[in-house]
Amino acid sequence: MADKREGSSPASRWSPLQWPVVRQVRSGDLLGRGPAVTSARTRALAPRTSTADRVVQSVCPYCAVGCGQRIYVSGERVVQIEGDPDSPVSRGRLCPKGAASEQLVNSPGRQTKVLYRAPHATEWQRLERDTAIDMIADRFIEARRRGWQDRDDEGRRLGRTMGIASLGGATLDNEENYLIKKLFTAAGAVQIENQARI
Amino acid sequence: MANADCIVIQGSNMAECHPVGFQWVEEAKARGATVIHVDPRFTRTSAVADKHIPIRAGSDVVLLGALINHVLTAELFFRDYVVAYTNAATLISEDFADTDELGGLFSGFDPETGKYDPASWAYANGEDAQARGGHEHGSGGPVLGHARVERDETLQDPRTVFQVLKRHYARYTPAMVRDACGISEADFGYLARAVTENSGRERTTCFAYAVGWTQHTLGAQFIRAAAILQLLLGNMGRPGGGIMALRGHASIQGSTDIPTLFNLLPGYLAMPVAGTHDTLADYLAVVGPKGQKGFWANADAYTVSLLKAWWGDAATADNDWAYDYLPRLTGPAGTYQTVTAMLDDEVEGYFLLGQNPAVGSANGRQQRLAMAHLKWLVVRDLNMIESATWWKDGPEIASGELKTADIATEVFFLPAASHAEKAGTFTQTQRMLQWRHQAVEPPGECQSELDFFYQLGQRIRERLAGSQDERDRSLLDLTWSYGTGDGDDADPEAVLAEINGYQWAGPDAGQPVSTFNELRADGSTAAGCWIYSGVYAGGVNQAARRVPGGGPGRSQEQWGWAWPANRRILYNRASADPGGNPWSERKRLVWWDAGAGRWTGDDVPDFPPDRAPGARPDPGLGGPAALGGDDPFIMQSDGKGWLFAPKGMLDGPLPTHYEPQESPVANPLYRQQQSPARVIFARADNLSAPSAGTPGADVYPYVFTTYRLTEHHTAGGMSRWLPYLSELQPEMFCEVSRQLAAERGLEPYGWATIISPRAAIEARVLVTDRVKPLVISGRTVHQIGLPYHWGVGGAAVVSGDAANDLLGVTLDPNVQIQESKAGSCDIRPGRRPRGADLQRLVTEYQQRAGATTATDNERVTDPAREGTKEP
Repeated sequence: MADKREGSSPASRWSPLQWPVVRQVRSGDLLGRGPAVTSARTRALAPRTSTADRVVQSVCPYCAVGCGQRIYVSGERVVQIEGDPDSPVSRGRLCPKGAASEQLVNSPGRQTKVLYRAPHATEWQRLERDTAIDMIADRFIEARRRGWQDRDDEGRRLGRTMGIASLGGATLDNEENYLIKKLFTAAGAVQIENQARI
Repeated sequence: MANADCIVIQGSNMAECHPVGFQWVEEAKARGATVIHVDPRFTRTSAVADKHIPIRAGSDVVLLGALINHVLTAELFFRDYVVAYTNAATLISEDFADTDELGGLFSGFDPETGKYDPASWAYANGEDAQARGGHEHGSGGPVLGHARVERDETLQDPRTVFQVLKRHYARYTPAMVRDACGISEADFGYLARAVTENSGRERTTCFAYAVGWTQHTLGAQFIRAAAILQLLLGNMGRPGGGIMALRGHASIQGSTDIPTLFNLLPGYLAMPVAGTHDTLADYLAVVGPKGQKGFWANADAYTVSLLKAWWGDAATADNDWAYDYLPRLTGPAGTYQTVTAMLDDEVEGYFLLGQNPAVGSANGRQQRLAMAHLKWLVVRDLNMIESATWWKDGPEIASGELKTADIATEVFFLPAASHAEKAGTFTQTQRMLQWRHQAVEPPGECQSELDFFYQLGQRIRERLAGSQDERDRSLLDLTWSYGTGDGDDADPEAVLAEINGYQWAGPDAGQPVSTFNELRADGSTAAGCWIYSGVYAGGVNQAARRVPGGGPGRSQEQWGWAWPANRRILYNRASADPGGNPWSERKRLVWWDAGAGRWTGDDVPDFPPDRAPGARPDPGLGGPAALGGDDPFIMQSDGKGWLFAPKGMLDGPLPTHYEPQESPVANPLYRQQQSPARVIFARADNLSAPSAGTPGADVYPYVFTTYRLTEHHTAGGMSRWLPYLSELQPEMFCEVSRQLAAERGLEPYGWATIISPRAAIEARVLVTDRVKPLVISGRTVHQIGLPYHWGVGGAAVVSGDAANDLLGVTLDPNVQIQESKAGSCDIRPGRRPRGADLQRLVTEYQQRAGATTATDNERVTDPAREGTKEP
């Protein structure tokens, strides 16, 4: 009942029981910082974490401490990311970056479309992802052939291409780095590097 | 770290850069540990430490060397540990000559090539090992042809490592620390007391570092110096001891273990080098000779299993398991060499995979100009980073140096999936793999690297199908089947299973191996990364284990999976005395259970499980079988911790102080100014500031050092696009002392322009007491702190000039890492010039300083140079 009487027009719901001091005494909120002064709207609020469809255990993507994360998903959308109290590494804590990682996923500036800049062009244009991967595969094969070195000056086997290079990996998964290294090495590309070098 | 009695954080601002990990330092402190922070700046780490000791950037070897000297001369080392577990007692070749005899060089230096021949650094009686050449760029372990070394356990022979060490560091005194590092003798005394009083049987000291140690021309030697000190104090392989590398990316450890690095194959196997590793037999003889001790002698099993994992049925005994499908190196092919090759139009295509070199790499202008030479560039990232947009809004477009319409580079931007949108493992800084479950599907056209590279591989192979060209066999024969069954996507768990390894042949074919000890060199097993064998033991994803708190055990071994073998502390045999009993009850971890005839304890023992402490097998057996019961360092070719490195380091067997590439201070220890074996790029776009004692040194009189903030991440690709984080740290700034601000007329919160021989940038001025001027050899040296998170571009929430543009490219020869933590600059009030005037300002400074491609690039310092020491 008390819920209904509070929050809207005081004139229509007037009752001495709703006087602030009385309310404080009745609710045990003697300092007037708790339930005695919360509005109906506040009381109706629930944390996003409590209404999530599911919680997924994950790991923070920033530094290498490896803090545990719990990702709260609602309607197939990440709605919150919190520290995982079960993690013996982090015991539920996250730093400002880890605590902001929901915004990393849902950042307003995040790119979700493939873009292409043609030679000499001044702007991006749209490209289908499938087309982009085909174009990259063609260029990969061409650059590989043109940069190919069979043997060195002394006739020793090289079997490599210097036409293709790659940079990055420290933010990626082990499984991803494995496929990158495997494919590039099989193609003979050796200029494969990541953040560990800098 | 929580178990340490003393923690020295040096070369890291752990409280701000690894805040959540720092809780364990706080835990240790709450239990009475002493915490000391050695750093040029007073930071939040210093604020909660027992003591902050300011140091001149780049002088750390002097400080660590003085601690080594103190420990040796005052006889404070842990004698039982040192004699039994390190190579202190081992005799060194009579040919070895030290830096004090040769003006700062070790024996074996060739000024023409700029390289050392390490033959004279060998162990006595080690000739045949040296002839094999070998270890370079951080792969494997340094090898010995055999494990029969000469030892004098009284440590008295002048050729013992112990006596060599004593002589080498004799001039590293508290007075030298005062003059080179700017640290008072009282502060040195405090540090020396703290680490020695908190080491020994009952107590342990831990060191922690980050890129404040690695990003120097002798960065690897900084860490070696700490390793020597920790071995002398008996702090390796024990709870609360060791040296903690605080790494800065979620899986930078993993991307070194499974390396997207030019020099390595998975599991620290070397990439083959032409002339050294021409055949598989050559390769194995260098990487893991059977005659040495330890587990590298099994490198044949690791290598053949890798080749089998990659080329399956096409890898046979007859073709040396397809060894010739591996490309060969002819020298370093690191990111900075690649940039030089781009500028020379030798590279056509470049993939950027979550890295932003236009902002994050040293000498950013060189990076951006290099990309303008590419035919095509693929940028895969979450956000539209500066490395994807330099062609339209980079600094060189603003200065007029590049014109968009003239740039022929094709650029593909492919949006990536975030950590929440894909499943897979990260390996964190303590070697622990943790599986992330996928929470949601990637939005729009966003895609994981796993799916992108799986599809790219499929399409490349489709295009090459039917090719008769020999060079295409390595791609066509590649095992490349990770499909989930629904379309073109790869199953990350299938990839993890291949990394773990499995039986290739026999009755158990297809079954996962449970440890790397099951791998064979006969083609019967396949494994993508031998050190990760066990992560999929029993067909169970061990990295996904999440028992709350890691379970009841002290080592929390039921959370994730740590390589190797889910072992949490490496070399933990050293936590027990030579007889196999814990050094003390307080520090016990692993011990010998005589009744059971096995090693046991609170962690997975890092030792052959049934090798008795008293076992002294014939060293001639080679491999793990040759390890004595008192050889805890099982990856070392003699089983001992190396105080002196007879091989394996390219720039000297012992850490020795040299000044940074550019320094306003003359080397107070030797005539030799810089590390003679550093990697030099003598180019007009990479000039250095004249160092002390040469004309023009006063033009760039200040030292600058770069650093991170809590609210941003590296080059900003994962932070400057987030409104929350951008609001917390919106703007580039420079941190200067009151004295420097007064000297240069810098207004608090006003603008300053910082000029190096590579670039000029602008930043807001933060005048602070946190950076104090240091008195070095009687004169004041000012240091300027620069966060490096900002970059120039139009797409981020916040942008600003990039500190890394100021940096030059000069590298550590061991690991090819650039010197980011100490450079020379000038600073003046006001904003930098715009347009073409910007480059004019940089040029005017270069000319005034007389900087040319020869500046600071001599290998051996001219003895006639002003201010140099007598040899």
